[in-house]
Amino acid sequence: MPSPLNAVTDQINRIILGKTHQIRLAIACLLARGHLLIEDVPGVGKTTLAHAIATSLGLKFQRIQFTSDLLPADILGVSVYNRDTGSFEFHPGPVFTNVVLADEVNRATPRAQSALLEAMEENQVTTEGETRPLPRPFFVIATQNPSYQVGTFPLPESQLDRFLMRIELGYPDAQAERALLNGMDRRDLLGSLKACLEPEGLARLQREVQQVQASPALLDYLQALINHTRQAPEFEHGLSPRAALAMLQGSRAWAYMDGRNHVLPEDLQTVLPAIVAHRLTPAGEMRSTSRNDLAAQLLQQVAIP
Amino acid sequence: MASLPTTLSARPLGHRELIWLAAGFLLASVPHLSRMPMWISVLVVAIAGARLVQLRMHGTRPRKWLLVLIAVGATAGILLQYRTLFGRDAGVSLLVVMLALKLLETRNQRDGILLGFLGCFLLVTNFLHSQTIPTAAYMLGCAWLLVASLIGMQYTGPWPGWRQPVRRAGVLILQGVPLMLVLFLLFPRIQGPLWGLPQDAYAGLTGLSDNMSPGSLNNLILSDAIAFRAAFRSGIPAPKDLYWRGPVLWDYDGRTWTAPRIIQNTSDLPAGDSPIEYTVTLEPHNKRWLFALEFPGVRPPRSVATRDMQLLSFTPVRTRIRYDMVSSAAGAYGADDDRALLMRSLRLPADTNPRTAAFAQELRRKFPDDRNLVAEVLTRFRNQNFVYTLSPPLLGEHPVDEFLFETRRGFCEHYASAFTVLMRAAGIPARVVTGYLGGEVNPVGEYILVRQADAHAWTEIWLANIGWVRVDPTAAVSPARVERGIASALPRSDPLPMFVRGDFALLQQMRLTWDSVTYTWNQWVLGYTPDRQRRFLSQLGFSAATWQTLTFMLMVCTGIALLIGAVLALRDLRRAHLDAIKAVYDRFCRKLARRGIQRGSAEGPRDFAQRAGRQRPEIAGAVAEITRLYIALRYGAESRPEQVKAFKNRVRGFDA
Repeated sequence: MPSPLNAVTDQINRIILGKTHQIRLAIACLLARGHLLIEDVPGVGKTTLAHAIATSLGLKFQRIQFTSDLLPADILGVSVYNRDTGSFEFHPGPVFTNVVLADEVNRATPRAQSALLEAMEENQVTTEGETRPLPRPFFVIATQNPSYQVGTFPLPESQLDRFLMRIELGYPDAQAERALLNGMDRRDLLGSLKACLEPEGLARLQREVQQVQASPALLDYLQALINHTRQAPEFEHGLSPRAALAMLQGSRAWAYMDGRNHVLPEDLQTVLPAIVAHRLTPAGEMRSTSRNDLAAQLLQQVAIP
Repeated sequence: MASLPTTLSARPLGHRELIWLAAGFLLASVPHLSRMPMWISVLVVAIAGARLVQLRMHGTRPRKWLLVLIAVGATAGILLQYRTLFGRDAGVSLLVVMLALKLLETRNQRDGILLGFLGCFLLVTNFLHSQTIPTAAYMLGCAWLLVASLIGMQYTGPWPGWRQPVRRAGVLILQGVPLMLVLFLLFPRIQGPLWGLPQDAYAGLTGLSDNMSPGSLNNLILSDAIAFRAAFRSGIPAPKDLYWRGPVLWDYDGRTWTAPRIIQNTSDLPAGDSPIEYTVTLEPHNKRWLFALEFPGVRPPRSVATRDMQLLSFTPVRTRIRYDMVSSAAGAYGADDDRALLMRSLRLPADTNPRTAAFAQELRRKFPDDRNLVAEVLTRFRNQNFVYTLSPPLLGEHPVDEFLFETRRGFCEHYASAFTVLMRAAGIPARVVTGYLGGEVNPVGEYILVRQADAHAWTEIWLANIGWVRVDPTAAVSPARVERGIASALPRSDPLPMFVRGDFALLQQMRLTWDSVTYTWNQWVLGYTPDRQRRFLSQLGFSAATWQTLTFMLMVCTGIALLIGAVLALRDLRRAHLDAIKAVYDRFCRKLARRGIQRGSAEGPRDFAQRAGRQRPEIAGAVAEITRLYIALRYGAESRPEQVKAFKNRVRGFDA
C-alpha cells in the first residue's frame, strides 16, 4: 500500500478496533470518488469511523444529524436579509465542506434526504434559483440504522444506487472489544488524530487510481457478473450501468491499495459485496435470502472467463 | 468462453465430437441412401451404427485388414452393380461407402476434420439429383451441422455447451453469404447444368411420348408432375383455347399410333391476326418436343418447326429451358399439302376394325360433304351415351370397333383414336395430335401451370381448300373437359392426383403460393444462365462482359469481401492473443486438477495459487511463478513475446 495510505489506515485502525477490512473498504470507496453508506445498529462506531476518516485524510468535516424535522435549508443553507447592506446574504449550510457525515440519514423525511442527493450526484447545490458549487473533494458518509427500526424512512433504491459502497461494521469480536474496554475514551482519541495527507494528496491518489489497468479479460468478468444479475431469476432487477462503473472504480481502488497497477478478479470479488448488496433485491424463490448472501451467491454462480 | 488452439493436432476426439460427426455424415447421406441399391444403404448404416456401438462399449479399434477387406469388397460390389466406378450414381455410392469406413477409423482431430470437410463434399453431390428449394434448405441444415461439428472439434478447454459451436457455425455461414453471392453472380457460367454429364441422370423423367395406345395417357393423367409453366404478356386466354401442341401421330397399326421418325421441316409458320405472346418454362422430359399453343408463329432458338407444326429442339430437353413464343389463333394451315403427305394420313392397316370401316362407308354415302360427315359423327358421340372416364374397359383385337359399338366408355385417347380411324375410313385425311389442354392459372404468380395430368389427345383433319383443322371429339362427349379442365370432367370416383382436383381451398392456395416460389427459384437461381448473367451485368453497366471481365470483377469483389473480413478479424486479434494465454492457463489448471487440486470456476488465479500452495507446499513456488506470469499477461499490461514464451514453457514443464 502506498505509504501515506498506510499511515491513514493504521491511524484509523487504532481507533476502530478489529475492523481492518471495513476500514480498507471505506478508504477504497473514497479513493474511487464514491459516497459511502455505513449501516448498522447504533453504537458500533459508525460516527467515529466517519470522523476518523475525514480527519486522517486531512479534510474539512461537518456532521449533520438527520432527524424527522430536519429541513432542506438545514442542510444546504439559507439566505438571510442583511439590514446593513439591504440585501439577502447566503449563509452556507453544513454541506459546504469536504466530508459530510449524514448521521442516521434514514431518520429524516424523504424531502430532506433528497436535498442531500443533488449535492451527492452533482457536487453542487441549488437554492433560491442559484447554483453554488461545493468544495472539492466532496464526500458524503451516511450512516443509517437498519430500516426495520422504529421511526425510519428507508432510502429508496434510486437513492441507495448513489452510494458507491455500503458497509456494515458489526459487533467487534471479543478480543477487540476487550481492547476497547481497556483503552482510552474514543472521543479523546479522536481529538488526538492528525491529518496524514494534505488535501491535494487525496486528489493525487484518486488520479493514480484512475491509472490502474482493467484488462479486457477483467472487463469480461465484470460484464458477465452484471449480465447474470440481469438474466437470472433470483434478482428482482439487474445491476445498473452506474453499478457497473462503481464495480470498476471500486476494484481499481482496491487493487491500488494493494500496491498493484492492474485489477485482478480477486479485487473485484473482494469489493463486490459492498458495492452490489444494497443494489440487489432478491426475487422469486430467493425472496427470503439476505442481500449479502445474494451477493455471495452471485460470485459463486459466475465463472471467471 | 472456451478458447481455440492455433495448431492442428493428433488429439483424440471425444464421444460428443464423434457423435456430431456421425450425425452430420448420416444426415448428408440420407437422401442418397434412398436412391442407392439396398445393400449399399444397409452397409453404410451398419458401419455408422458399428462405430456408435463401439463408442458406447469402448470397443477396440477395428483391425486394419478388416477395413481394407470391406473397402475392397464394397468397391468390387459397386463395380458389379454399376459396371463402372465413375459417373454420378457409382461415384456417389463409392464416396458414401468410403466415408462410412473413414468414420469407422476416425480417432483423432486430424481425421475428424478431414471427415468434416469430406462430409461437405458429399453434401454437394445431393444437388446432382435434386435442385429444389427443400433440397437446398436441407443441405443448408446439414452444412450448418457439419460446420458446427468442425468448430466443436477445436475446443480444448471445458465444453461450452452445444449452443456456442452452433451459433458460431451460423455466424460463419452468414459471413460467407456475401462471398457466395459474389461467386454466384459473377462466376462465369457454363451453358447447361454442370452435372448434366452422366446418361443415367435422365431416367425417370415423365412426359408425352412418340406413340399412343389405349391406356397410355392414363398413367400421365395420374401424375401431378409439372410439364411446363407459361407466363402470358397480356391476359391468359380462355381454357378452351389452350391447346398445347406436342407430338403429332400419323401411323396406326390397329392399336398404337406412332409419330413418324422423319418429318419435313418448314420455315413457313402461320401468321395470324391476333398474336398471343408468352414465355414457356419447360421441365426436362428427355424428348425433343417444345410445347406451344396452336399454332406456333415463331421458332424458339436451337429448334426446328416441322410441316405438321411440331417444334423440335435440336437435342432432347434435359434441363429446364425457357423460350419466348408467339402463337396465332389461326384456324387452319397447310391447305397446299402435297398428295403424298395426305395419302399418309389416310392409311389404315388392313383387316382391323371392320365394323368401323363399314360404318364409315355408310356415313360417306349419306354425307358426301366432309363437314356434314364430321358433324354427324360428333352428334353421335354426343347423343349415344358415350361416357368420358379414366377407367374404361379393356379393349380387344379391334379396339375402335369395340369402343364405338360396345363399350362406349373411354378417355380422350380413345375418342381421338376412334375419330381419326373413322375419318380415315371415310376418306378424310386425319391424324392424332397429342399435347396438353388447359392448365391451372396461378393467381399468385400470374402464370399458367400445366401438369402431366393435363395431357390430352385430339384429331386434326384436312379439308380441301382450307387445310388442317382441329377437331376435338372429347369436346363433343365431355364439354367440361375442354372448358373447365380435367378435374371437372371426370366422375368423382375416378382417381386423380390430389393437387389436380383442388378440393381444399386452403391447401390449393398454399400449393399455388409454393409453386410460385418454386417458379421464381427456377427462374432466378437454377435458370441463371450465361444469358441471364450477361443481362444482369449489362443492367449494372457492364455490357458485353466477357469471361475475362467476369474473372476480373470476381477477383475484385472477392478481394473486397475478404479485405472487410480481414479488417474485422484483425480488430479481434488482441482478444485472440488473450484467449491463447487463457488456453495455456487452462492446461495448467487441468494438470493440477489431475492431482486433485481443482480450480473452482469462480476462483481467481491468485486465490487458487495460494490454495494450491497450501495443499501442496512442495509445488508452491512453481505455481506462484506461473500464476504471476499469467496475471501479468492476462490482467496486467505485459504482452512481450518472450514473457508469453516463458509462461508457455513453464506450464509445459510444470509437473504437479
